[in-house]
Amino acid sequence: MNRVQLKNKNLYLPVLILILLVLLAVLPAYLSVYHILLLCHIFMYIILTVSWVIFSGPTGYISLASAAFFGVGVYTAAMLGYALSLPLVILSAGLISVLLALLVGAITLRLKGIYFTIFTFGLVQLLAHSLLWWEINILGIRGRFVVVVDHYTIYYTVFTIFVVLMLTAYLIRRSRYGLALRSIGEYEEAAAHMGVNVTMLKIVAFAVSAFFMGTIGAIMATNWTYVDPFIAFNPTISFMPVLMAIFGGMGQLYGPIIGATVFTYLEEILITRLPHLYMLIFGAAMIAAILYLPGGLVGLIEKWREKARSSPCFFKKKQKRGAEKRDVNA
Amino acid sequence: MLMLELEGATKYFGGMAAVTNVDFQVNRGEIVGLIGPNGAGKTTLFNLISGDLRLKSGAIKYKGQKISGLKPYQICRLGVARTFQLVKIFNNISVFQNILLGALFGQSRHVSTAHAAAQTAELLDFVGLANVSCTPAKDLTLVNQKRLEVARALATKPELLLLDELMAGLNSTEVTEAMELVRKIRDQGITVFMIEHVMKAIMNICDRIIVLHHGNKIAEGTPLEITGSKKVIEVYLGEGELAYAGTD
Repeated sequence: MNRVQLKNKNLYLPVLILILLVLLAVLPAYLSVYHILLLCHIFMYIILTVSWVIFSGPTGYISLASAAFFGVGVYTAAMLGYALSLPLVILSAGLISVLLALLVGAITLRLKGIYFTIFTFGLVQLLAHSLLWWEINILGIRGRFVVVVDHYTIYYTVFTIFVVLMLTAYLIRRSRYGLALRSIGEYEEAAAHMGVNVTMLKIVAFAVSAFFMGTIGAIMATNWTYVDPFIAFNPTISFMPVLMAIFGGMGQLYGPIIGATVFTYLEEILITRLPHLYMLIFGAAMIAAILYLPGGLVGLIEKWREKARSSPCFFKKKQKRGAEKRDVNA
Repeated sequence: MLMLELEGATKYFGGMAAVTNVDFQVNRGEIVGLIGPNGAGKTTLFNLISGDLRLKSGAIKYKGQKISGLKPYQICRLGVARTFQLVKIFNNISVFQNILLGALFGQSRHVSTAHAAAQTAELLDFVGLANVSCTPAKDLTLVNQKRLEVARALATKPELLLLDELMAGLNSTEVTEAMELVRKIRDQGITVFMIEHVMKAIMNICDRIIVLHHGNKIAEGTPLEITGSKKVIEVYLGEGELAYAGTD
């Protein structure tokens, strides 16, 4: 019966995903510049949130370093944008973020709980202020201009990063390393005694998540024309993925996507329509989500599905399917 | 053949000696018990062997190879597995995956997922958890959680298994079953080194017993020798008498 169910599931999900991807790929041709950029903005937060969940979701290490890796991406685009082609700039941004993550990870991943969180947040501030000091005192400048790229290029680059990221997140999740990361979140000490090289695994997962944060920083920077250290290393970029992941729910891969999409869209509507009430409504929605949706939006969806499954109608169907399978066995 | 050798193992916590100059050996195929009053340093000794803690001086050898100084995951892959006094199972992960993790990561060679899954299924049968394989570990009863810890340790294909108070908190039927399980494990060729307070179990299944007191090894011998040892009786009963008389 297991195999039958798997087969059914295997069929409709990839088809649905494929249709969605094709839709997203052709969509820009029919949209205004504003909507294309809104989509990019949504994708940016999806990418940040899904990357964040790759490491912090299973391990429970709450990282606030997102803005650091994003900012490194932004500054890579600003510094290398005139010298290298766009794909190379984006790739370098990812790799420099990886280097930073490896360095920071090796130093800090022995810290646990709140100490790790505070350190990662300190990193964002450290980088922003060091950069500012360097620019003002050594280079005698404040901020930089970034190479401008047209909207379609931005959109398709962001879209490509999104697809590669989702594939990576999916593969990690279903691999043995996904299980090992979860075991670290459950009981790190026990995981180590089961042969899991916990330090190495944490650092690598941290670096993978940093890679995607760096790439999205680099491409988004091209949309901003001018950046300075406080635009690049904006603490909001660190907090948003955490909130979006909690709001969407981390139990399923699509949770962070839903969380980031709803959140970003809500933010956009509130800022444009109710600018004075924006933060108030935003805060209230967040509190409501934490109080009433412990598993996030995904938790709610899963609950509904569970209910549907346990309803008498569904049960009959399932029994019937089981009976068919028994025939095959006989 | 020697499975485990401790040579002058010493560990301090701050200024306090937790384990002092302990020497002993465990032979292949033995079941060796480690007993001693609370705070004697038994679990500290286990933590030293499994790599949780580092020795201050001395050495620990496994099959003639020095393992003190290695990381827990390296020691596990060499073939030393352990369970914990307070169960440390992965609560929100299914029983099956709890064991699978050990099979995937704990063995010295790379294991394919299919092979690891087959080993896991065997172990579920071996410890009697096959009917709860999909349950999240936190929903198991205590005795089943302990069985899961044993299965998880066995999944790493150890040659030496360290059991930290496997029987604590079990009722007498469960203790008998656990004793049976330990014997079955030994019969598979795995050497067992166990901390235990349940005397019935210790006396019945151990080939040899080591007694620890205030971090020192005070006796070593067969169960019969240990029960007849004056020193051991003093440590256990002497303190009991004092407490009974109310002088302390």
